[in-house]
Amino acid sequence: MTRMRTPGYVPTTTAERAAMLRDVGLPPDAGLSACIPEGVRLRTAVGLPPALDALSLARHMQALSDRNRPADRAVCFLGAGAYDHFVPTAVDALVSRQEFATAYTPYQPEISQGTLQAIFEFQSTMCALTGLDVSNSSMYDGATAAAEALLMAHRHTGRPRALVARSVHPGVRAVLATYASFTGLVLEDCREDGTPCAAAPGASLDDVAAVLVQSPDFFGRIHDLSLPAAFAHAAGALSIAYCDPLSLAVLRSPGECGADVAVGDVQPLGQHLSFGGPWAGFLTTRDALVRRMPGRIAGETVDREGRRGFVLTLQAREQHIRREKATSNLCTNQALCATAATVHCAVAGPSGLAEAARQCISKADYLRARLAATGAFEPLHAGPLFRECAVRVRGGDVAGLNRALLDRGFVGGLDLGPVDAALAGCWLVAVTEKRTRAEIDAFVVAAAAHVAGRSSEASAPRKEAVR
Amino acid sequence: MSAIPKDRFYTASHEWIRIDGGKASVGITDHAQHELGDLVFADPAPVGKKLAAGDSVATLESVKAASDAYAPVAGTVSVSNRALYDDPALLNSDPYGQPLVVLDLDAAFDAASAGLLDATAYGALVGGKG
Amino acid sequence: MNAPNPTSEKTLLIFERGAPGRGSSLYPDCDVPDCAVDPVLLRSASPDLAEVSEVEAVRHYTWLSTRNFGVETGFYPLGSCTMKYNPKENEAFARLPGFAGAHPLQDPATAQGCLALMHDLADWLSRLCGMSAFSLQPAAGAHGELTGLMCIRAYHRHRGDAKRIVVLVPDSAHGTNPASAAVAGLEVREVPSGPDGMVDLDALDRLLGDDVAALMLTNPNTLGLFEKNIEAIAQKVHAAGGLLYYDGANANAILMQSRPGDMGFDVVHLNLHKTFATPHGGGGPGAGPVGVSERLVPFLPVPLVMKDAVSGQYLLDADRPLSIGPVRSFYGNFGVLVRAYAYILRNGEEGLAAVSEAAVTNASYLRERLRPAYRIAYDAPSMHEFVITGTPQKEAGCSTLDLAKRLIDYGYHPPTIYFPLVVKEALMVEPTETETRETLDAFADAMLRIAEEARTSPELLHDAPHGTPVSRLDELRAARTPVLRWKRPEG
Repeated sequence: MTRMRTPGYVPTTTAERAAMLRDVGLPPDAGLSACIPEGVRLRTAVGLPPALDALSLARHMQALSDRNRPADRAVCFLGAGAYDHFVPTAVDALVSRQEFATAYTPYQPEISQGTLQAIFEFQSTMCALTGLDVSNSSMYDGATAAAEALLMAHRHTGRPRALVARSVHPGVRAVLATYASFTGLVLEDCREDGTPCAAAPGASLDDVAAVLVQSPDFFGRIHDLSLPAAFAHAAGALSIAYCDPLSLAVLRSPGECGADVAVGDVQPLGQHLSFGGPWAGFLTTRDALVRRMPGRIAGETVDREGRRGFVLTLQAREQHIRREKATSNLCTNQALCATAATVHCAVAGPSGLAEAARQCISKADYLRARLAATGAFEPLHAGPLFRECAVRVRGGDVAGLNRALLDRGFVGGLDLGPVDAALAGCWLVAVTEKRTRAEIDAFVVAAAAHVAGRSSEASAPRKEAVR
Repeated sequence: MSAIPKDRFYTASHEWIRIDGGKASVGITDHAQHELGDLVFADPAPVGKKLAAGDSVATLESVKAASDAYAPVAGTVSVSNRALYDDPALLNSDPYGQPLVVLDLDAAFDAASAGLLDATAYGALVGGKG
Repeated sequence: MNAPNPTSEKTLLIFERGAPGRGSSLYPDCDVPDCAVDPVLLRSASPDLAEVSEVEAVRHYTWLSTRNFGVETGFYPLGSCTMKYNPKENEAFARLPGFAGAHPLQDPATAQGCLALMHDLADWLSRLCGMSAFSLQPAAGAHGELTGLMCIRAYHRHRGDAKRIVVLVPDSAHGTNPASAAVAGLEVREVPSGPDGMVDLDALDRLLGDDVAALMLTNPNTLGLFEKNIEAIAQKVHAAGGLLYYDGANANAILMQSRPGDMGFDVVHLNLHKTFATPHGGGGPGAGPVGVSERLVPFLPVPLVMKDAVSGQYLLDADRPLSIGPVRSFYGNFGVLVRAYAYILRNGEEGLAAVSEAAVTNASYLRERLRPAYRIAYDAPSMHEFVITGTPQKEAGCSTLDLAKRLIDYGYHPPTIYFPLVVKEALMVEPTETETRETLDAFADAMLRIAEEARTSPELLHDAPHGTPVSRLDELRAARTPVLRWKRPEG
């Protein structure tokens, strides 16, 4: 037998392919040599590494993976937009099915009812959580969903200014700035109630397209979204809420608060950390704005026999029909991640989601109280928290603190100094439903011991002892 | 196919315009509705909107097409046919009886300088299939 | 597709299954004191979601999956989508705990595996495309287009040439090209195709000027034709001060055969979910990395992965003052990058050359097999895909939609239809390299039989598909009276 030297993803042999061309009367190398001008034919190697067989590749990938120290091999207190939540096994098992995973965008509805109904269920789930009327089939991530929401408001109102709360995640704000610099949108800082930070009182707001506020915000603070909604509406602008979908299992929904658009990232719902993606963004809004929405939308209808079925609908908004006049350039979205979020919500149910959300509230509050009680940390904010809290570290050496904690089996919080110079010496720490009281206690003891300069004698238990 | 009414003028982009003193009704032709197919959405410009010649007077959508209808002449929207917003199929069934908007004209109407076609010329353009 | 389904009489949503009080216990009891929150911040009623047991949820989504057609279900010759086999091993690699459990903000010193992977993948893509550097951030092809066009606009601005705001796009282009240009704040001008389906050089000359920022090209184009004048086109665009953008939707045809950089392109995006065999996911997640030539490197999104020459450590470089900024959260669809990395490493240069060679051979073979019964649009040597026009069948009373639906009865996913727009009644066929001759022959036989049926028994086509869970759906009703979410029935 011939020893195999290729992966076998190309099933035909060189001899077979030559015969195929010959048998239909084509010259050898028909397409390539006939099509590509000689001047641009690649004739040299480009310097890729040598091909690996399946076993060697598996070993290589395992070794590469082992060069990381993932959150699951330490106790994770890092969040800031990516959270260590529990993913039920059923979620991965179901979205791994090839029928979901390897299909394309559902262009042929008769053989795509699985994807189409899953999208419809995703839309329904996001509407239920955000308290709004309509949802699209998903966006790339929360940050781009927020950018698309601002562009949507810009088109809807014809106005150029957008007010964005300073407490919106800085990573999201940076993406908004990128999009704004090419679209003529002017971004301006505002407070959590929507009022501009810089403008004089009474200054005109009649060119404001949107007011974007995040709750829970970057620091974990829960805000009353009805305040910015009322402020936006008084200015004739759209109110946009950036939300955590898990928190909405218990928090008052953006729709109930009067927001016109809700956006966010489904990462807390059935998505692995995966070094930042893929996850999916969501965007929901009111009925009146549905034709301003970017992206694909699934709708319910009937077939010729009157049976229930689902199709992509309201497509006249989209790039393949409207080209440069489309509501967005969105084509591929994050359907499989949206399906994972949908399955997660089904498996957890409203009570499971609410339980996880309540634990994120109670444990953040507990963590803040414990950190404050040590005297080594000063909380930056009072008031209700969701999953996260920001503290000032006595002495200010956050990087050193995180290094010391890593040695003890903890992934520490985010050093806020590099994010905002005004927050140098501050630390953003996260706790999900996965963190136990014992883990939090041990973490606080280790952190306080380090700050107090007693880290060498501290008897903080290592990770193994905690579990 | 309905006949092309002779009481109005036409554009090469398949709008019709009917003049009544200082006012002009603007709609789409039977040919246009046929090309678009079953309409699912129509959004005529709102009352009070000032339009230059060539500005959009309405956004129209069918299942798999989208198009704007354009103002053949400049004017201000005095009537916006909101019935089309609720039932866009009216444009399929009665394109010549359902204006998208009525405009208060900015200037005295002059079909020649606006580059408009009469019914005969438009009929020739669409091959007699008004 | 035909799993046992006792409820097939009635299609139920997950929300219509289960009963109040059902569910699974996922979490331990809260072991810290309960924190009371001001009721004004809390929702008044629980969100109306499904209450089902785990087994009901698993059955429901398994049942749903049986109503889908995937690449492993059967042949999927969807033009311009490159529906090739997605290697199983790559799924396992993406789920390795070291990758799936890595936090994007953890200390880079503890994420060297992830960073090494990204660094090397960007390097390999640069080599394959003849580019200087790649950003792996964009989440999809259209996102890559937007990112690349932003880099182009930033480059012109930086040179003090801000008047360049026009993007030239061929009329055969994918709709995302003009849409992406519009989002990047650029104006679109359409370049007509000549009678041979290629860019009309005279028309291009007339359109080029000092307001042109770039020309976007897909090469081979959506007709499967390689722009034979690409060197002249590049010379003209560059002479006019513009840049050349390569839409990599069809890069599967040129892998290790020709490089966009050598053709004169300044910016490239690749669709890893097409060319590099990552699964499409029913519409994402994909990845649309963007590569650029030397003069555009400073404008790429931040951060880029760098390797410290001294320590050998990988790090994230966000201190790039001319960068357009980030275009999404964190670094990209990392899980997708893992799969593409493994695919390239498994293939090597020879393997990738065989990919494009077999993709072009399969398409050429299939084109010739279909010729007896179908009219080839822009009939010329084509590459990884070709376009049929169904106008003869349409005149006989069967539309391209009917042909496509009938193919479903034969067990195939239909080709892309009604695209590109420059071909009437278009069927765009892309078999990919991962199909055997036997599969292509069986598909060709089915296509020939359908052409015959279109003449002899057109009602078979009009009523198709026959055995699917639903027949043709009422799209007019869906759009006129949109039902976009489930609502609990009143009472």
